[in-house]
Amino acid sequence: MTGKLSKTEDAPPEGSVPMVRAQGVHKSFGHVEVLKGIDLEVKPGEVFCLIGPSGSGKSTFLRCINHLEKINAGRLYVDGELVGYRQKGDKLYELKDSEVARKRRDIGMVFQRFNLFPHMTALENVMEAPVQVKGASRTQARERAMQLLERVGLADRAGHYPSQLSGGQQQRVAIARALAMDPKLMLFDEPTSALDPELVGDVLDVMRDLAESGMTMVVVTHEMGFAREVGDSLVFMDEGVVVESGHPRDVLTNPQHQRTQSFLSKVL
Amino acid sequence: MNDIEKTAGDPGENPRENLGENPGGYSTPPAGPEAIKAIPVRHYGRYVSALVAIAILVATVYAFSQGDINWHAVPDYFFDHRIITGVYKTLLLTVLSMLIGITGGIVLAIMRLSKNPVTSSIAWFYIWFFRGTPVLVQLFLWFNLGLVFHYINLMPIYKDYWSNFMTPLLTALLGLGLNEAAYMAEICRAGLLAVDEGQTEAAHALGMSHSRTLRRVIIPQAMRVIVPPTGNEVINMLKTTSLVAAVQYPELFRYAQDIGQNSGAPVEMYFLAAAWYLIMTSVLSVGQYYIERYYARGSSRQLPPTPWQKVRANMFSLGRPKGAVSA
Ligand SMILES: Nc1ncnc2c1ncn2[C@@H]1O[C@H](COP(=O)(O)OP(=O)(O)O)[C@@H](O)[C@H]1O
Ligand SMILES: [Mg+2]
Repeated sequence: MTGKLSKTEDAPPEGSVPMVRAQGVHKSFGHVEVLKGIDLEVKPGEVFCLIGPSGSGKSTFLRCINHLEKINAGRLYVDGELVGYRQKGDKLYELKDSEVARKRRDIGMVFQRFNLFPHMTALENVMEAPVQVKGASRTQARERAMQLLERVGLADRAGHYPSQLSGGQQQRVAIARALAMDPKLMLFDEPTSALDPELVGDVLDVMRDLAESGMTMVVVTHEMGFAREVGDSLVFMDEGVVVESGHPRDVLTNPQHQRTQSFLSKVL
Repeated sequence: MNDIEKTAGDPGENPRENLGENPGGYSTPPAGPEAIKAIPVRHYGRYVSALVAIAILVATVYAFSQGDINWHAVPDYFFDHRIITGVYKTLLLTVLSMLIGITGGIVLAIMRLSKNPVTSSIAWFYIWFFRGTPVLVQLFLWFNLGLVFHYINLMPIYKDYWSNFMTPLLTALLGLGLNEAAYMAEICRAGLLAVDEGQTEAAHALGMSHSRTLRRVIIPQAMRVIVPPTGNEVINMLKTTSLVAAVQYPELFRYAQDIGQNSGAPVEMYFLAAAWYLIMTSVLSVGQYYIERYYARGSSRQLPPTPWQKVRANMFSLGRPKGAVSA
């Protein structure tokens, strides 16, 4: 609850730099305070799960990490660099849109409702950012995109439009699309919540595979099985604060707080 | 299967019997998944209405043929070189004014949706003025602007009397194009707003800039909403070009009028002009259909049929409705 943006806090941490570091992150929409001081750290290579009831601010926090939302107070670092601002002396300067865009290249995001570009085929969706943003050649981008579609098991659907794919297939294309930018961090916002139950497994398999490859992942999810098996850390959020955190096995099987217990009893 | 054939073919029978929850008539269900061969419902209304329409058409044609009109003048002048020039100029005006209108409309729509209050107010004011005044009045205003500006002076590049600069063609283009931009702005704005916000978010999350997001993601999807009303705008524009006769730019309508006065067949020339306008708008409608089809890609699982496919389907379905293709 400390750290207003105008005040200087300690410099970015040294040594093994955390991939994400939140210090007293606050976010309000109008008068409604949605995040009330979030402190957490995501280590490189870690699968970091975020759980909590609907409306607790999980999506908002995730969107703050790639600056789709501006935080009102506190500090948020990605890979040791301040998100959305530059610090000179004790003053903060807002980054230009182009600088924010440049930083977002390194952070992949997967949405609950996929948000594939409907006017492009699966292949074109995956090629789009490398070609348009990174300036990759079309041949190179196509080759890489095919590899990624192969990796998510959809090489045979490369020419399909999103409307011709099932939800699970769309979400796997969306993951491939994010991976095409070679991000160092992947954000997942309830990637399986909009899927029919029988399609959830395919998407989780892709995510598990990604975790094994060493990708740093922040995953908002209601899939407790996935959190327990794949997760390295888990945070339970409620009403804009971190209520409890720890290793997924510990938090899920032996929750310490009453709010965590009542939430888990509803979802497990 | 036999039951269906019998009941559907007999119009006197109560149709409820087949729709009930408890189909008492079906004591033995059909053995296998045999194809249904029912006799289709007859659409007598279609034949009756077709007859009525043909009768009215014949009566109208007859009335016109008996009228005091020298019909020979129409084919005589149909391909007159002045008419052909007029057609060409009408098309030129339409295309150029629409280009001004569409470009201006997209820019205005983006300005209108901008977070910058100055830009969005300017766009609002523009649209307020140009939509709020008749295009004919605007044409005259452009035509007479020489009373306000005596010279045009773009210092290093160009300097001339206003009247030399503001040719009839330029007057016509500005009058039609700038007016059109106001309408296109509203159409484009509706199109941009129709695109899901998640699309912007996904594009931004991939590191795309605002302008690239607009160009690559938002505008292509907005086109699906923008194209159909724009097709109407083009057709409207084609007809509205007939107003620029007022600012001394000759096009189809003006040439037709001139010929009419000189040849003593004025009414005939109006029919001739009407026929040409109809031909042009018909061609445009076909073009519009294919453009809509192009922008529909990805939005539905199957592309809609081409007009020719539709006609073929319709020809065989006058008496038998075949799914969605019959009217
Ligand atoms: N753009 C916004 N404007 C206003 N309120 C918002 C906005 N986005 C989210 N909220 C509110 O913030 C709260 C947290 O939302 P969210 O982060 O989506 O929760 P979660 O993802 O945990 O379900 C909700 O009460 C929601 O209504
Ligand atoms: Mg959410």
